[in-house]
Amino acid sequence: MTPETIIDMEHVWTRFGQHIVHEDINLRIVRGEILGLVGSSGSGKTTLVREMIGLDQPSAGHVSLFGERLDQIAHDALAALRNRCGVLFQGGALFSALTVFENVAFPLQEYPAIEPALIRDLVYMKLTQVGLGPEVAARLPAELSGGMVKRVALARALALEPELLFLDEPTSGLDPVTAQAFVHHLQGLHRELGFTAVVITHDLDLMHDLCTALAILADHRIVAQGSPAEVAENPHPFVASMFSGERGQRVFGITAS
Amino acid sequence: MARGRATGEGGVTNRGIIDSRRGQATAGARLEPAGYVARHDERGRTVLVLTGHWTLRGIDGRAGALASELRGYVQEGDKVVWDCREVRTLDNVGALVLWRLHGFAHHGGIQVRPEHAALCERWSQRQAPPESLRPARAGALDTLMSLERGLRSHVLDFTALLGQIALDSGRLVRRPDRIPWKDVSATIYEAGVRALGITALVGALVGVVMSYLSALELQAFGAQSFIVNILGLSIMRELGPLLAAILVAGRSGSAMAAELGVMRLTEELDALSAMGISQTVRLILPKIVALAIALPLLVIWTDAVGLLGGMVAAHITLGISIPSFIHAIPSAVPVVNFLLGLLKGVVFGIVVALIACHFGLRIQPNTLSLGLETTNAVVTAITAVIFFDAMFAIAFRGVGLP
Repeated sequence: MTPETIIDMEHVWTRFGQHIVHEDINLRIVRGEILGLVGSSGSGKTTLVREMIGLDQPSAGHVSLFGERLDQIAHDALAALRNRCGVLFQGGALFSALTVFENVAFPLQEYPAIEPALIRDLVYMKLTQVGLGPEVAARLPAELSGGMVKRVALARALALEPELLFLDEPTSGLDPVTAQAFVHHLQGLHRELGFTAVVITHDLDLMHDLCTALAILADHRIVAQGSPAEVAENPHPFVASMFSGERGQRVFGITAS
Repeated sequence: MARGRATGEGGVTNRGIIDSRRGQATAGARLEPAGYVARHDERGRTVLVLTGHWTLRGIDGRAGALASELRGYVQEGDKVVWDCREVRTLDNVGALVLWRLHGFAHHGGIQVRPEHAALCERWSQRQAPPESLRPARAGALDTLMSLERGLRSHVLDFTALLGQIALDSGRLVRRPDRIPWKDVSATIYEAGVRALGITALVGALVGVVMSYLSALELQAFGAQSFIVNILGLSIMRELGPLLAAILVAGRSGSAMAAELGVMRLTEELDALSAMGISQTVRLILPKIVALAIALPLLVIWTDAVGLLGGMVAAHITLGISIPSFIHAIPSAVPVVNFLLGLLKGVVFGIVVALIACHFGLRIQPNTLSLGLETTNAVVTAITAVIFFDAMFAIAFRGVGLP
């Protein structure tokens, strides 16, 4: 049985005026996969992700999410689809006026099918799952360290039990030890909850440890796609410069040919 | 199929709610909802076979209903066996419902799929969350103490701000090339020039109102010519400065407080300090100097437009011609009243800028505090303007009045 397709992008073109961002992008993400979306700064990774959730429309081509064409979907149905997705924004995007508890509880309180009696237990479980103790629950985002902000944001992204998780540079701004712990948590959560994920990242360690597939965005196209090991062998100049550098060799064990 | 087999093996005593209401949560894709089948095995135990998706969307608001139905079986004690192997997917919501009923670890008698074991394990090891985050309700004494603390911190902060401004002004006097004239000029434009329209509109309208109301009374006594004294004195001494200051406090006071607050939110204030640049010199002093210059100018403008409105209204109601009105003003109103209005403008400008900056700097890096302190800045600035106006009225009671 072939796994279910979660996201399907077909012949996607994106133009901002004269400026072409994406040229004929085809990308398929199946259930349970953790896809690393890799590309240099300004290569349109975030735009691609925004198109996946329907925040932006591509100039041509179409995107399907959970088998529904986003350009043909009704507004309410799109909102219901988005309820099945969680997004971890790069800066966390926590509500600064709400405490950690209220931040994580917020999507739960807004979702009609959750009984209020369950919310407290669920919030504390989410915090445990991202490795935070109950003592942070009463704090405001401004009183948290960078790593804690990412964790709370992840807990909030996980609040509605998403089937699909978007992570925008989850380890940026974290020290290597904290980043490693964060990746470790993500792996455990993936085992526990079985979500599908799209990860925008520049972190080679994260690609190696977490991602089950990589897609490399360069020259407006997906130049390489497949398992991390396969992609690392790709001869495209951007891929080569990324993976055959000293760090790439260390992380992926590639010998320069 | 779970249900088919269950029916074949033993007497089905109950069948969980297997309706498919509210498919909207799954956006068209049919999702097998969370349900259960209860049957008896050969040893007389009740076997609860859970089926479907025990997830947020599979349970879809029926957590309480499912739990209360299943609780009936739980009360049978050891004679219940949980079979969760037919559960298609399990998430935290499903696990929470099961955990409340079964507890996962406390007694055996549960079978789960290997891929769900980690989540069940997690719930079984869950630590009880604290009872409440909110501190106990504050008594009257606590409220009083916190009021006192708030007042003290305001006084301390404001004094520190004044001290810092005094020190920095001293430094700037010795190094006049460091005075940020560009910022001063920009603030004069922003707070002064761009306020010309609104102050003119309000000034003219108030002039018209004053003129109409006094005209009726004066006509009754046959003292029409005193309209010049009433309008000239009240607008130049009192209304012009007060209206201009209140409008500037609302327009620029809020803008200044919010600007400083957003700079706190985006860490721009910290960036300035880290570069060794004084916040007071670059951000606060220019605002104070600019308002001390712009507000008296606005007072002149408001006086002029207010008197114009009054004149036109007096012409219509009392038939006093505009040239004769203008001619009468210098003799009717001592010039010291106009100068007093200008002095008020300078003082009000400094007060509004100081209070806006004081509250702007108190803004905490969160959105709630931004709104709260901006409101406080405007309300306090307007109150302070009226307070100082009263002080002026008392201090100058013998000056410029007939």
